[in-house]
Amino acid sequence: MFELSKDHEDFRKVVREFAEAEVAPHIAQWDREHHFPVDLVPKMGELGLFGLVVPEEFGGMGDDGDFTSLCVAIEELGRVDQSIGITLSAGVGLGINPILTYGSQEQKERFLPDLVAGRALAGFGLTEPDAGSDAGATRTKAVRDGDEWVVNGAKAFITNSGTDITSVVTVTARTGTNDDGSAQISAIMVPNGTPGFTVEPAYDKLGWHASDTHGLTFQDCRVPVGNLLGTEGNGFKQFLKTLDDGRIAISALAVGMSQRMLEETTSYAKTRKAFGNPIGVNQGVSFQIADLAVMVEASRQLTYKAAWLKDELEKGRRSVAEVKQAAAICKLYSTEAAVTATRIATQVFGGNGFMEEYPVARFYRDAKILEIGEGTSEVQRMVIARNLGLPTA
Amino acid sequence: MNIVVCVKYVPDAQSERTFNESDNTTDRVGVDGLLSELDEYAVEEALKIVEAGEGEVTVLTVGPDQAADAVKKALQMGADKGVHVNDEAIHGSDSVATSLVLAEAIKKIGDADLVLTGMASTDGTMSVVPAMLAERLGLPQVTFASELTVDGQQVTIRRDGDAASETIVASLPALVSVTDQINEPRYPSFKGIMAAKKKPVETWGLADLGVDASQVGLDAAWTKVESFTKRPPRQQGQIVTDEGDGGTKLAEFLSAQKFI
Repeated sequence: MFELSKDHEDFRKVVREFAEAEVAPHIAQWDREHHFPVDLVPKMGELGLFGLVVPEEFGGMGDDGDFTSLCVAIEELGRVDQSIGITLSAGVGLGINPILTYGSQEQKERFLPDLVAGRALAGFGLTEPDAGSDAGATRTKAVRDGDEWVVNGAKAFITNSGTDITSVVTVTARTGTNDDGSAQISAIMVPNGTPGFTVEPAYDKLGWHASDTHGLTFQDCRVPVGNLLGTEGNGFKQFLKTLDDGRIAISALAVGMSQRMLEETTSYAKTRKAFGNPIGVNQGVSFQIADLAVMVEASRQLTYKAAWLKDELEKGRRSVAEVKQAAAICKLYSTEAAVTATRIATQVFGGNGFMEEYPVARFYRDAKILEIGEGTSEVQRMVIARNLGLPTA
Repeated sequence: MNIVVCVKYVPDAQSERTFNESDNTTDRVGVDGLLSELDEYAVEEALKIVEAGEGEVTVLTVGPDQAADAVKKALQMGADKGVHVNDEAIHGSDSVATSLVLAEAIKKIGDADLVLTGMASTDGTMSVVPAMLAERLGLPQVTFASELTVDGQQVTIRRDGDAASETIVASLPALVSVTDQINEPRYPSFKGIMAAKKKPVETWGLADLGVDASQVGLDAAWTKVESFTKRPPRQQGQIVTDEGDGGTKLAEFLSAQKFI
C-alpha cells in the first residue's frame, strides 16, 4: 500500500517553514490589495517546487522528484494560502506540464529552464467565455498562413497569464474540422508580447485574490508554425491527458485548506469563552470539529492514494483508467469537504468568522472555486459514473 | 578552507518549553526540537564562504538522539558532512562541559581553518560557548560578527554596538560567532534534502574524544537548577474605555509601570 516517505515528510517540513515565513506574514495584505507576489515565485523556484516532476536536464529534480512531492508542496502552501498554492499548481500542471509532455526538444530547452527556476511562469488557455469542460466548443481559431499561425479569439479565466514574468501562454484553437464534423483542436504557444495578443485586466474574483487570472484576446496574432505544441489536431486529447494531474493537485489544495480549518477551529474552541467556558465544551461545537477531523483524514487519504497511483502509472505499474477515476473521486470529495470545512470554521468563529481579520474568512471566500476549477463537481460525478459503465446520453 | 560550524538542537520556541520533572534539566525529548535559528546564520555564512571559494563545511553538534535532526537540516542546507557527539553521560552538561566536548571534537575533526557558531542558543541564550571554545582551542575569538570576510590568512568582521561599529581583524585559524544580521539563511531545497541523505555523518561518544565522563554531565555542572515553576497563565489585560481622556489614561498607566 502507499505511504508518504521520510523524504516527503522532510520536504513537507521545509515547505511549511517557507510558507509560514515567506507567505503568512504578508498574505492578508496581498489578499486585500489583490497583489500577485511576483517576487515569491523565484524563491519557490529555489526550493525546487516547480521542478518536482521535471527531468534534471531542464533544471528539475529528475528521478528524485515525483508527483506526490508536488502534492505535498501544494497542500502545505495551500494550508497557509490558497492563492499561492494555485500559483504553484497551475504553474506546474498547466504551465510546465504541456510543454514537458508534448514540446519538441527545442521548445523544452527554450521555455522549461526559466519556468522550473521560477524566473518565468506560463499559462494554459483552454477555457473560453462559451467553452469550459466542453472543450469541443472552442471558438478560438488558428489559421495557417505561410510559415505562421494566425490566431483569433478569446480565452477566459487563465491563471498566471498576466504576471510580470509570464513568458508564454499555450492556447487551444480550432485548426480544422474532422470528417465527422467535430472541431479539430490544436495547442499553440503564444509568447508574451506577441503583437495581437492582449492580456485583459485582472478579474475581480470572489477569492484567490493573490493569484493572477486574466482574460486573453487574440486579434490576428501571428506566431511561427514551430509554435505548435504536439501534433496538429491533437490539442484536445493532449489536454485531457494532463487533466487528471490537475484534479489531484486541486484536491491537495483542498486538503491544505481543510487541515488549516481544523487547526484554526481547534485552537479557537479551546480559547474562546462563552458562558464561562471554552466554547469547545459544547458538543454543538466539538462534534462539528470532530467531523472536520474525519474530513481532513479522508481527503488526505484519497488525495495521496491518487497521487501514488499517478506516480505508479509513470512507472508503468498502474493504468490510466485507475488514475482517472481516483483523480475524479479525490477531487470531488476533498473540494466539497473543504467548502464544508470553511462553513464549519466560520460558524465556530461566530461573528469573528465574518471578519477579514481572521484567516477563516479568507479561506471561506477561497473555497468555492475548488468545486469549480479543473472540472466542476458535476463533471467529476459525470466522469466517475462513466467509469462505472453507466449509460451516457 | 575547512570550516566547522557548531550547531545546537533546541526546543522549538513555538511550542511549550519545559524542564524535566526528574532532574530539572531542559526537556529535549518531550517537545518538538529543531536546529537553533541563530545557528542557521552560521551555517549559511559557512556555505557562502565555501561557495565563493573552495573548501568543506563540517557541521558539529552535541546532543541526544534527536539532535541528529539539527545536523540533517544543516546538511540539507548544503553542508558537506556532519559529526554528532551523542553520549548518555553528557546529559545535563553546562556550557563549560559542552565547550570541552565541542573542543575535543573539533580537534578530532582536524585542520579547521575557521570555526563558526551562532551568537547564542535560543534555549540557554548565554553566548558563552563561543568564548570558552576559542579559549580551549587557543584560537582568536571574534564574536558577534554582523559582517564577515575571509581574505587569505585572516578574517575581518564588523561588530555593531549601540553607538559604534568596530572592525576586527584576526589571523586564521579563528573562531567567529555571527549575529542574525549577517545574512538570510536559505531554505533547504528539494535537491538539498535528497542530497543530504548521501552525506556522511559520524556519531562519536565521549570515549572517541578521550573525554572522561566525570568532566561532563549534571554532576560536573557549575550551576544547578533547584526548582522550577510553570509560568502563570496570562491575566486578562486592563481595558480602558476612551471617553475623550484615553490619552491621559494611557500616559497614567505607562507612568505607573515606570515606562515613562
